[in-house]
Amino acid sequence: MSMLEIRNLSKSFGSLEVLKDISFDVKKGEVVAVIGPSGSGKSTLLRCINQLEHADSGVIKVCGTDMLIKNGSGKTVYADKKTLRDIRLKTGLVFQNFNLFPHMTVKRNITEAPVCVLKKDKTEASKKADELLKKMGLETKGDSYPCELSGGQQQRVSIARALALNPEVLFFDEPTSALDPELTGEILKVIKELAKEGMTMVIVTHEMAFARDVADKVIFMEGGYIVEAGAPEQLFGENASDRVKQFLQRFNS
Amino acid sequence: MSSEQISSLFQLMLEHLPPTLKLFGFTLLYAIPLGMIVALLKMCRIKPVSWLTNLYILIMRGTPLLLQIIVVYYSVPILKLSPNCPEGLRGILDKVDIQSGGYMFRMILIAFVLNYAAYFSEIFRGGIESIPKGQYEAAGALGFNKLQTFFRIILPQVVKRVIPASSNEIITLVKDTSLAYAMGYMEIMYIAKKQMSFYSSLVPLFMAGLFYFAFATLLTLLFAFIEKKLNYYK
Repeated sequence: MSMLEIRNLSKSFGSLEVLKDISFDVKKGEVVAVIGPSGSGKSTLLRCINQLEHADSGVIKVCGTDMLIKNGSGKTVYADKKTLRDIRLKTGLVFQNFNLFPHMTVKRNITEAPVCVLKKDKTEASKKADELLKKMGLETKGDSYPCELSGGQQQRVSIARALALNPEVLFFDEPTSALDPELTGEILKVIKELAKEGMTMVIVTHEMAFARDVADKVIFMEGGYIVEAGAPEQLFGENASDRVKQFLQRFNS
Repeated sequence: MSSEQISSLFQLMLEHLPPTLKLFGFTLLYAIPLGMIVALLKMCRIKPVSWLTNLYILIMRGTPLLLQIIVVYYSVPILKLSPNCPEGLRGILDKVDIQSGGYMFRMILIAFVLNYAAYFSEIFRGGIESIPKGQYEAAGALGFNKLQTFFRIILPQVVKRVIPASSNEIITLVKDTSLAYAMGYMEIMYIAKKQMSFYSSLVPLFMAGLFYFAFATLLTLLFAFIEKKLNYYK
């Protein structure tokens, strides 16, 4: 089953086209890594899927629900407000800068959305938060404030916060770019664990070795286009296009 | 002045402290929420609303508070007598009893609230705009609606950020209440001036100064305490 279907997605900022004719699918349980040089449109792609940017044209289907469609007269339109919100709750997003709520404890960061948005019972949400914190190796940090944690710990909290809503697809927007190499490792470990559990994920990343190890599919973007997409063996192998090889060479040297 | 005179003077001033406190308290009570509304109106995407709000702020901050108090105070009686006053407005104004005891306080309060809301609104706007965009995006991605995002995520962080600037404004208000003296409002300044003439002495003014100083210092300590309390996160 397709968790994400994208067809001919385009997006411009003024006269600058940042996404051109993007099409790809993500199946249930699949881990997709999106790689490519800075400014290639990777983050914008993720932000369009997560409704943080307004796409200009194309089709987006999330978990079988139409989010962006062409209507009868060929115009590109978004689904109604309620559908868009339902879609948001089925997807989770982890940011590069964590974006934790600084005035709330770690635990409150995790329980706030389940309690306020999903109207879950407080004790139930709290129990779930404890489980997630344990899973992230942060069982002692529930009462801390985000500013008291390291970057890697903060990012693990933000992953727990996204997981608390039981999303069907989890998106990561360069989750390790704000972290030093040591802390990067702990985040990548968490994502690997989630992959093992069968979580469907789309990860924008500059960690090439990680993309090769974890991803079922790798998408290479440049200049707003998908230049090449396929299994990691293909993109990281001898038969990849010259552009992809050239890009990867810089990481290997 | 003899010590008995000073003691009775102190007693008299203490009796006139409540009107000062009343003006101070009610101004804050109305000006802070109004300031928040004005801040949101100025950030409104509908241009005319934003422009009009900005014009209001410009006028309030660009003219003396004393002038504003006098304008508000005399607007009702003067407009009532004006032959150019539109009938609809006259109907409303006729309902205002300018002889009533509360009239003076209400008019002074309106002037103070309108003036202080303008200053507070700029402080609040700065606070709201200083919250990183990522906070809104994270809230949106978690499914919070706009109202929940504002009240649960944004506003608590704004409060912390605007405390230092607001405390400055609030301490200024303590001393600005003395402007009501010009309309004959019987607060501390009014009684100090009267007693100065009565005794031909500067002591009443000195004592009034002490009252303002003590009040302002108390508030300074209070805000330092609040700031410390809110320092549990960065």
